[in-house]
This record gives sequence, C-alpha cells and structure tokens, in this order.
Amino acid sequence: MKLAFQIAKRFLLASKRQTLVIILGIAVGVSVQVFIGSLIAGLQASLVNTTIGSRSQITITLEDEYITDYQNLVTLIDNSSDNIRVISPTLTSNGSLINNDNSESILLRGFEFSTADEIYKFEEKFIPGSEFPNALNEVALGLNLKENLGIDIGDDVEFLSGIYGNQTFKVVGFFDFGVNEINNTWVITGLDTVQNIINEGNVVSNIEMQLNEVFDAEDITKLEIETGISSNFKVTTWISENQSLLTGLQGQSTSSLMIQVFVIVSVVLGISSTLAITVLQKSKQLGILKAMGIQDGDASLIFLFEGMLLGVFGAILGILLGVGLLYAFTTFSGTDIPISINAGFLALSAGIAIAASMIAALSPAIKSSKLSVIEVIRNG
Amino acid sequence: MASILSLRKVCKTYGENTKNPTKVLFDVDLEFEESSFNAIIGQSGSGKSTLLNIVGSLDRPTTGDILFKNESLAKLSKNDLAAFRNRSLGFIFQFHYLLPEFTALENVLMPYRISKQPITDEVMNRANELLDIVGLGNFKNKLATNLSGGQQQRVAIARSLINNPAIVLADEPTGNLDSDTTEKVYELLREINQKFKTTFIIITHDRTVAEKTDRVIEIKDGRVYLDISK
Repeated sequence: MKLAFQIAKRFLLASKRQTLVIILGIAVGVSVQVFIGSLIAGLQASLVNTTIGSRSQITITLEDEYITDYQNLVTLIDNSSDNIRVISPTLTSNGSLINNDNSESILLRGFEFSTADEIYKFEEKFIPGSEFPNALNEVALGLNLKENLGIDIGDDVEFLSGIYGNQTFKVVGFFDFGVNEINNTWVITGLDTVQNIINEGNVVSNIEMQLNEVFDAEDITKLEIETGISSNFKVTTWISENQSLLTGLQGQSTSSLMIQVFVIVSVVLGISSTLAITVLQKSKQLGILKAMGIQDGDASLIFLFEGMLLGVFGAILGILLGVGLLYAFTTFSGTDIPISINAGFLALSAGIAIAASMIAALSPAIKSSKLSVIEVIRNG
Repeated sequence: MASILSLRKVCKTYGENTKNPTKVLFDVDLEFEESSFNAIIGQSGSGKSTLLNIVGSLDRPTTGDILFKNESLAKLSKNDLAAFRNRSLGFIFQFHYLLPEFTALENVLMPYRISKQPITDEVMNRANELLDIVGLGNFKNKLATNLSGGQQQRVAIARSLINNPAIVLADEPTGNLDSDTTEKVYELLREINQKFKTTFIIITHDRTVAEKTDRVIEIKDGRVYLDISK
C-alpha cells in the first residue's frame, strides 16, 4: 500500500507537465462547479429575500370575522412548531386619507411593532426623521403618500371610513418598501389605534408569521399548525401565492445541478483517458514490477492512488480558482448579487472531485492489473 | 548436488485456440543443480526466451510441470506465483528495466519493498553492500535515467540479488553492452555465484560467453539439442 502510493507519487512527479495539465483540468471543472453553485445559491437567496423576506410567509385569517382571544391562538401556534421565527397579530382596515383637497384610498394596518418589525423591518425602511407610531392615533405612511397628499412629518391628516366614521391622525414618519403597491397605500399604526376605530374590542384580523426554513412552509402548515387550531381558520402560505416564483427557483436549481453533473462527467472522462494512456506509458515499469513479484492488487492501487492524488490537488486548486472567480465577479461585474460561499458546499465539491477522480482511475487500474508481464517483456 | 529446479515434459504452444497454433517448446526435460552456473544458447526463434520465461514463472507451460525444490509450480495461483518470484527468483533483463523514476538504491530495494517487509538497517546495509560489489557505491542516489547502460545493468544485477534468491535468471544480460563491459559483467556474475552460492541461468547467443559457464544447453527448434557440462 505504502509502496503503491510512493510509486504513484513518483510516476506523477516524473511527468510533471502531464500531471499539471490533468490537475488543471480537474481544477477548472471544480472551479466552474464552485462558481456556478455559489452564484445560483446566492441568486436564489437574494431572490427569496427580496420577494418574501419582508412579508408574512404564513398568514392565518377568519373569513368575514375578526379573531377574538388572539393571544391564546398566538401562543398555541408558536408552540406548535420550532420552525416559526416570529409570529405577530395585525388588524387591517380600509379607508381614505384626506389632506386639504387631496384624497387617497389607503390600507390602515395596526401592528404590534415589537414583533411586526421582525417581519417587515420597518426600522430599515423609515426615511430619516421618522419614528415608530407608538402612541394612539399616530401613523407612519408609505413614501408615495407624502407627495400625493402633500404632507410631512408632524402634520395632521384626516382618516375617513364609510363604516367607522372619521379620525384625525398625527404623521410621525414615512417608509419606503421599494414597492409601489405598499408605498401608495399602506398606513401603519399601533394595534390599539385600529381597534379603537373599528370598535369591536380586543380583536385582530390576521396572524402573520415568518419561518426559519421558508421552503418548508406548506409542510409546517399541514403537519404542525393546522392540527392544533380550529378548521374555521384559513391558512395561506407564500408558496401557494407564489407558484411561479417557486417553479422558477426549482428550474434554476435543476439547471445548476445539470451543469455541475456535466462538468463532473467531462472531468471523469478526461482523467480516465489520460490515465489510460499513462498505463501504456508505464507498461514497461509495470512489467518489471510484476516480474519482481508485485501483486496485481497493488499494481491497481498505483493508479487508484494516482487518481486520488490528482483529485486532491485538482480539488484544492479548483476551490482556490473558484473562490477567486467569485471574488473577481463580485468586484468587477458591477452587480451586487450577494454570493453565498458555503464551506459545506466547497467541501462537497472537493469530495465529489476526489471521488470522481478515483472512479476515473478504476478502468486504468483494472487494465494495469490485467497487464501481462510476458507481453511487456516480449515487446520490449 | 541437489536439484533446485526441474522441468518435466514442458510444452508451450502459442495461439492454441486459433487456426494456426505455433508450438514453441517440445517435451523439454531439464534439471538444474544448486549453485550451478548455466548458459542456454540458441538462435533467435529457437524458443530459449520462452523457456526462460517459463522457468521464471512469468509464463505457464501448455503441458508439463516445473518443480522448484520438488514443489510443483502448476498449482500455484497468480498471486502465489508473484510471491514465489519475489522470494526465490532474481531477474536480469536485456534492456535493464530499472524504474527510471527511482534512484539506483531505491531500485535495488524494490524487490524487498514489494515483499512488504519493513526496511531494516540490515537490508539497507545489504543494498549498499550489493551496490558496492557491482562498483556503484558512489552512484546509489542517482536516478536510474542518469546512469549509463553498463551502470544500469549492474544496478539490475544488484537488484536481482537483494532478496537472496535461490536462482537468478538473466536474458541476454549483456546484449547491448560493449565487449569490455560484457567481460566485467560476467566476471561479476561468476563472483556472486561463488560468493552467495546463487544458481544462475543465463541466456546468451554469444558462444565465447557460454564457454565460461559450467554447463551449456543449446536449444534448437524447441528441443534440447546439446547439453554439455564441464
């Protein structure tokens, strides 16, 4: 075993250029795998984050009714699954905001900011000078409402609802979600402000959640949340509302995987054919080793070790190249795609490359064990 | 003296399952004695190399048997034969066949390392001593490729002796060396034969060389044509 390893090492060192070319071949394959894999993973994470990172991922409502006794329900759901990162009750109502001659129809959303801020990250989205609307009848508005209504921080604004009558709000801030739908219509305030207007007591309309594992939303809903609560509640997940996004993400994952598989296949074919030639080049040496009594198994091991050594060095160089490529890409491409370099993924790529190199060495190894001394000696 | 190796009715046919099988050896019966110095001569195509390959268990006879110290080699497996070669035989080939990736000393140690025993000081001393005997003490750390033809052949001789084999088989060991070097190599083999009591079986086409041995066996058309002991 030790001898086979040493012979493998000497064989590789004896033809340095050939060895370097194979290692480079493996390295290029590994670096492409690392680059594509990390890029796609980064893209997906960024896409998922922008799409559903600042919104409710599972929402519970009661059709045409408000949810009373919501504190107990929140505790019950929160205890049903470890995967719920944050859970927050909200109360939403419709109406218009009026300032002088300007009027805009809006969505009035009452939050418990201590938990809701973890879902919506209001703090990051407030424009300078804004504050949380913590006191009764204080509100913060979507940025577009600032111009459309011609108001600013500190102004008063009139809320008008056909059902619930009028209320004067004090504007304490503006927020920018980067999404027109929200910037045009959302007016956020404390839960008590909205409860006060609709006058139904201590009720909420939605219970909203974010998860640790966003892709498990459907499973969590079916297996954990729904088993504990009344079937009158309606539970919706981000997945059921974003089928096309999910299909897109899956397509991306599959194509990334396909690219990686084909890269590995081409690496395996490359090493295999080069090592097959090496067996021919070294047939004289193998012949003399066999005449001196090396066992066929040890003769095979020489080439398996060659494959392993090539794989190890190819993988190391490939990971360095791949990480370098990622660095160059983020530095020079001008895009701000957050690349995710995952140590586990790098280790997996290296492991696959080494395993693939050894598999590629199998056929040359078998060939070398079958090589007959007589053929070598007779053909000189 | 005791017989170390006997051939019993050894036949060899190449291409047995083809339309034109070629019979190379016909019922060869031979006995080799311990610590004897033998030459096998014959024209090319006579079957002498085939005979040496069969004696060296690199090839199996089609029919017949070979006995090493009265043990048949016919029933040994491929791996057992390899172990037998490693323990009991030393090979010297016409084209040196050193491993060019290794130094002279490493080449000499190779048969010992193949036997999977740990390298001891004793073995290292023996390898150095053998290199000294063949006159290459100062070249032991040179890569095989950096040695001249004669030097390589002498390393091959040292290598064939490292495991203290009972028999050394040599196929035209001086085939591509000049006459001065040839002379030196044969003196060396003779010296080793006397010093270590190793049996030598040497193939050569050079009659002057053959005349220096104890016994000359001439092979002609796959049969023993002449067998002269001095």
